[in-house]
Amino acid sequence: MSNRKLISGNRAVAEAVRLSEVNVVSAYPISPQTPIVEYISEYIADGKLKAQFIQAESEFGAMAACIGASAVGARVFTATCSQGLALMHELNYVAAGLRLPIVMAVTNRRLSQPLGMWCDHSDAMGERDSGWLQLYVESCQEVLDTIIQAFKIAESKNVLLPIMVCLDGFILSHTSEVVDIPELEDVRKFLPPYEPDPKYHTLLDVNVPMAAGGGCPPAYAMEFDYKKFEAQIQAKEVIKKVDEEFAELFGRRYGLVEAYQCEDAEIILVAMGTIVSTAKEVVDVLRDQGLPVGVLKIRSYRPFPKNEILKAISNAKVLAIVNRAISYGVGAPLYSDIAATTCNASHQPILLNFIAGIGGRDVTPKDIMTIFEKAKKTAETGKIESDVEWIGLNRTLVGG
Amino acid sequence: MSKPYWTKENFPISPTIRNPGGSLAFKAGMWRMMRPVIDPNKCTRCGICETFCPDMAISKLNDGSFNINLDYCKGCGICANECPVKAIQMVKEGRE
Repeated sequence: MSNRKLISGNRAVAEAVRLSEVNVVSAYPISPQTPIVEYISEYIADGKLKAQFIQAESEFGAMAACIGASAVGARVFTATCSQGLALMHELNYVAAGLRLPIVMAVTNRRLSQPLGMWCDHSDAMGERDSGWLQLYVESCQEVLDTIIQAFKIAESKNVLLPIMVCLDGFILSHTSEVVDIPELEDVRKFLPPYEPDPKYHTLLDVNVPMAAGGGCPPAYAMEFDYKKFEAQIQAKEVIKKVDEEFAELFGRRYGLVEAYQCEDAEIILVAMGTIVSTAKEVVDVLRDQGLPVGVLKIRSYRPFPKNEILKAISNAKVLAIVNRAISYGVGAPLYSDIAATTCNASHQPILLNFIAGIGGRDVTPKDIMTIFEKAKKTAETGKIESDVEWIGLNRTLVGG
Repeated sequence: MSKPYWTKENFPISPTIRNPGGSLAFKAGMWRMMRPVIDPNKCTRCGICETFCPDMAISKLNDGSFNINLDYCKGCGICANECPVKAIQMVKEGRE
């Protein structure tokens, strides 16, 4: 049994939080995340969700409240983006270091300056190495399903790390699609209440005194980081297993990556988030023209699914990596990660580095066509025109 | 070197201290390189050293004189610096 409704990405987040029966939500409003917390506070006020809502004085305070609540054993959710996520930065490392399974929705929005309300991935990329898991989604249905999955992934004994579910700001957060909303009792079968075990979890209990968040001398700090690294690697299997369990109950699966038309593809576009949906449409058009092209969606960005990526690109001559973020002085984050994945592999396609969709600029089917054309040229000649290709850059303004 | 706090058997998931003892359990006297020694003939028993000691390692005895608990004294020398009659000398550890 389920309900089909036309809802936005933000509403899908809130529905998933309701269905996950969280205990504590603490957040501070920031566009385009604001409707998420508005919907959740409505659910709580209407008695549809029995949870404590803590309106914080800032995102720093919100994450602090989440850490405290998670450390006493609550199932905790928050949402933010952009400057809000940057303000949380310091505490994001604390949440990961204390191994607290907090779930956060990030409605990806650029970081100031220039200030912009609109989408790129620069905010979440700033948290890339904090220890948080990061899943990037492309549809409202995937938003809802992934938030529910995220609690189960984060709370797994083999993971115990916080997790970000990243949805492109406005493009996904404010776009309405038909979404299959599962029944609460079905979600309960998939996601039972969170029961932390004091033997494994950072769990504060007045009857069993414990100090958390203190100092750690050089003799031990590296070992805690190693354990965190191990947990991220283990999370790959957990994400796959949770996805399979979800598919058995609800019939939808997403994987660590999604390889669309990649099997015989000579040119594969690699991207995260909503660019993937646009690229799939373009691939259909180009396939009709007989071009061997495909799209590889990186859904799990942290942990980075090395084996799944290598398997998907095993026939590719050229990878066109489309980044919605910039790494100044070198290129772009996703490009660097793909390069690190393929550099020691037996099969090494040529990698092309594209920067697109910065500050909310649309990435249109025409842009994707341009990317495929450039990649096709490289596939034929073996030549790379530029280390970094800026898609849609207005050269009359900046020269070059 | 004190014995390791975390071992293979009790290494936790996060840097948490599961049997906290506070500063009483962790004797910081081993850090000390200089030891304060009170000259009872010069001491006027004003108690300024007790007030200033950051580790509360100095306490007043029944006869009004002061005792320095060397389990906790880190040898910072604040007491010697504050003593108005210079009754406290800092001497290198291992010498009388």
